[in-house]
Amino acid sequence: MGDEIGAAPGMGPGLRSLFGAPLLLLLVLAVATVLFVVPLAAVLRLAVFAPGGGVDGFVAAMSSRSVQRALWHSFESSALAAALATVIGGGLGLLIGLGDLRGRGAMSFAILMLMTIPPHVTAIAWMQMTGPSSALLQAFGLAPSPGATNSLYGRDGVIGLLALQQVPIVYLTLRAALRVLPRDLAEAARVNGARPWRVMLRVILPLLRPALLAGFALAFVSALGNFGVPALLGIPGRYVTLPVLMWQRLASSGPSVLADLAVLASLIGGVAALAVWAQMRLTRAYGVALIGLPQQPLQMTLGRARPAIEVGLWLLLALVGVAPFLAMLATALVPTYGVPLTLDSVTLRHFHQVIHAQDVTARAFANSAGLALAAGGIVAVLAVGLGGLLRDRLAPGARCVMLLAELAYAVPGLVISIAFIIAFLKPLPGIGVSLYGTHAIILGAYLAAFLAIALKPVSVAYGALDPALQDAARVSGAGFWRRLARIDVPLVAPAAASGAVLVMLTAWNEVTLSSILWTRGTETLGTVIFNYEDGGYSTLASAMSVISVLVTLALMALLGRVGRSLPPGIIPWRG
Amino acid sequence: MSITLSGLARSFGTARAIDNLSADIPTGCFFTVLGPSGCGKSTLLRLIAGLDPLDAGTIALEGRRVAGAGLHLPPEARGVGVVFQSYALWPHMDVLGNVAFPLEAAGLSRATARAQAAAHLDSVALAGMAQRRPSDLSGGQRQRVALARCLASGARIVLMDEPLANLDPHLRAAMEDEMAAFHRRAGATTLFITHDQREAMALSDLVAVMRDGRFEQIATPQDVHDRPANAFVAGFIGRGTVLDVRVTAVQPGCARLHLPSAVQIESRAVDAVMGPGQVLLRPTDLRVDPDGLPARVLSGTYRGDHWETRMAVEGVMPPLLMTLPSRVPPGQTLSVRITGGWLLPGA
Repeated sequence: MGDEIGAAPGMGPGLRSLFGAPLLLLLVLAVATVLFVVPLAAVLRLAVFAPGGGVDGFVAAMSSRSVQRALWHSFESSALAAALATVIGGGLGLLIGLGDLRGRGAMSFAILMLMTIPPHVTAIAWMQMTGPSSALLQAFGLAPSPGATNSLYGRDGVIGLLALQQVPIVYLTLRAALRVLPRDLAEAARVNGARPWRVMLRVILPLLRPALLAGFALAFVSALGNFGVPALLGIPGRYVTLPVLMWQRLASSGPSVLADLAVLASLIGGVAALAVWAQMRLTRAYGVALIGLPQQPLQMTLGRARPAIEVGLWLLLALVGVAPFLAMLATALVPTYGVPLTLDSVTLRHFHQVIHAQDVTARAFANSAGLALAAGGIVAVLAVGLGGLLRDRLAPGARCVMLLAELAYAVPGLVISIAFIIAFLKPLPGIGVSLYGTHAIILGAYLAAFLAIALKPVSVAYGALDPALQDAARVSGAGFWRRLARIDVPLVAPAAASGAVLVMLTAWNEVTLSSILWTRGTETLGTVIFNYEDGGYSTLASAMSVISVLVTLALMALLGRVGRSLPPGIIPWRG
Repeated sequence: MSITLSGLARSFGTARAIDNLSADIPTGCFFTVLGPSGCGKSTLLRLIAGLDPLDAGTIALEGRRVAGAGLHLPPEARGVGVVFQSYALWPHMDVLGNVAFPLEAAGLSRATARAQAAAHLDSVALAGMAQRRPSDLSGGQRQRVALARCLASGARIVLMDEPLANLDPHLRAAMEDEMAAFHRRAGATTLFITHDQREAMALSDLVAVMRDGRFEQIATPQDVHDRPANAFVAGFIGRGTVLDVRVTAVQPGCARLHLPSAVQIESRAVDAVMGPGQVLLRPTDLRVDPDGLPARVLSGTYRGDHWETRMAVEGVMPPLLMTLPSRVPPGQTLSVRITGGWLLPGA
């Protein structure tokens, strides 16, 4: 860092300052070009200009019966699931956010679990709970006979589980809105003679309308990109959504159908972009500017109903959050699928299989762990760098990259992975090696899709810093890199660390990106679990899922520790 | 000149925060910028430090141009020290680490920097606090750490942005003495920003009264008080009343004035011109005197060791202020004589 102080006498201050923020911006822009611009441009180029692309391609795609059906299924399942999730997640958010319930932190954590457990694992767990070997159903004599079609297969199962998966998103959005809702608005209504129900209907719900709309749109976009649930429950039930159709086409024909996929990817990306745009418009149109200082959050007493509500909530959370995983654990512990779990039949054979015996599972664990660690680390570094530029004159450049990251996060994962295949299938110029089939292409897709996850806590942390801390370092003679290293990085490190763990959680659990990008040797945990379940090896899939859930819980516990000293709003279930 | 400002301008949107401002600040001077909030004084500090760019004008520090047309030296290359209103101590470093940082930035190794910083910490009587975190210190201690950090930077120019504003009143008086001692010890040219005229009077060699992005007057504290340049300065500093008058005779250093009520007084003046003018009457320019004018007491406010009394004199608007040793009930009439005043030169 001597470049900032002991510069050569002939070197003007203008030239010297180029080695500070502009250099960092250049690095960040280069990374952003590789991660966002090249892949997305490649998709659009292929969709618009390749033979079979352009208007003709879209017309051809739209006139195909299977595409029409898949598009409708995608829209229908996402919209209904989002609506269900808004009702359930909104209700939970109001009850837990406003009511004087005991153990609200634990309830929040349990609801968040629904989000951190990946969709394909949730689907497997529910299939075990509703399948022939379900201890729960057996206890009531309701278990279907072995060989019967699982009742979750098909439209209703897909919508139900998609809704369950999106409940936490709506819940979080609503809780965040409740946290900033000034309590005197409700108190003013009470003082003016309104009873609690009227306060709820006339004051609180109207004020929460933007949050509910935002929650619905987020849930819709997230359900639209979901792959695990419709793939595991929809394929056997002949309810194929657009992401599943894309995956089937790639799996059956290989990369030769890329132009076709680019068209479909643009289609679903367009629908997602439309939903995000609509959400932003609606939020602004219905937005109510809240005036007033932050104060004690609103709270309502539930009175004598409290114990009943608490018991009811815990039963519900146990049913949707715990029972399916116990069922999955039971499946992982029986010798063969369908055998009832007893003290005699219990076996750890499948755990032994997936940890020791099978090469592919060991590889998948190693790959996913490595990819998650690398993605978390790199994304945290990128987020810290981007945040560091936000106060500079070059902030508009950094904001562009952040916008691209948000866009990539909103676009369904399948679009990102298809974009990466299209952009990096051809050998790289100069090296002559293709990234396809390497860990690098999966890592790249993770970075592109998950950067936004780490950016949020890090920019919150940057925003909370007193700008004078930076100014003081500047007038103390510290150049850009010294300020970054000695002032910014230590101060935002906890937020960056929790961002990194959030990304690791996501990468460890994901299947959508790698289901398209994996090849022999680069299997991830998600793809192996998915392939086992798809191939009928439910016991092995369950055993791997159990291990992955345990690791997830450990990571969440770690995050809880890291986040203890952080301001509220950084760790999703705290504050 | 240590700080030379010429024709500075800086706008935010359409609002002119700094409007064609010029000043020369002599080396070693304790120069206070005094003004109401929103007058642009903090912006001025940020322009000199290089934290904000200039729209127009030039800044030279120690004879070196640091900002002007096509030139903007970044703050880290200007070699000025700044004491921030919030102190801006880095919460993740201990006290010694904070003080050592400028030395490190100047190229010393961390160990050497810490060793040298210890001496500066000693000079603000905080040697025992070296390992503490800033969050463990009291407000006054934090202030002293900020001063020590400024000392450690070795800057010949120190800018202070309302450094006493966050302290409680009795601590503020003690810190004023420390500020004065700090200035004597460092010998650095100090630009001190405040909205508190008592602080400005107590500390400064020169005071610049600022309004709407420009300096209204630059003078010694006594001159700013006794010989304000215009009605704004007269009204902003101290207590008193400004009256419209007619100058009827001019002599070197004084003038003969006609009040509306046909009362004639003598006041101090410089380059007075015959005709209409404005006179500033401080409370000390009025005295109870049997030969004076009848003045009816309107109200009295206790100011600690005297009563500041507002009184109406027949034919003179607005009411006059004078100090009385004891309370006089409203409605009572006193006989008051105007013994002096200052003819505002700008009027």
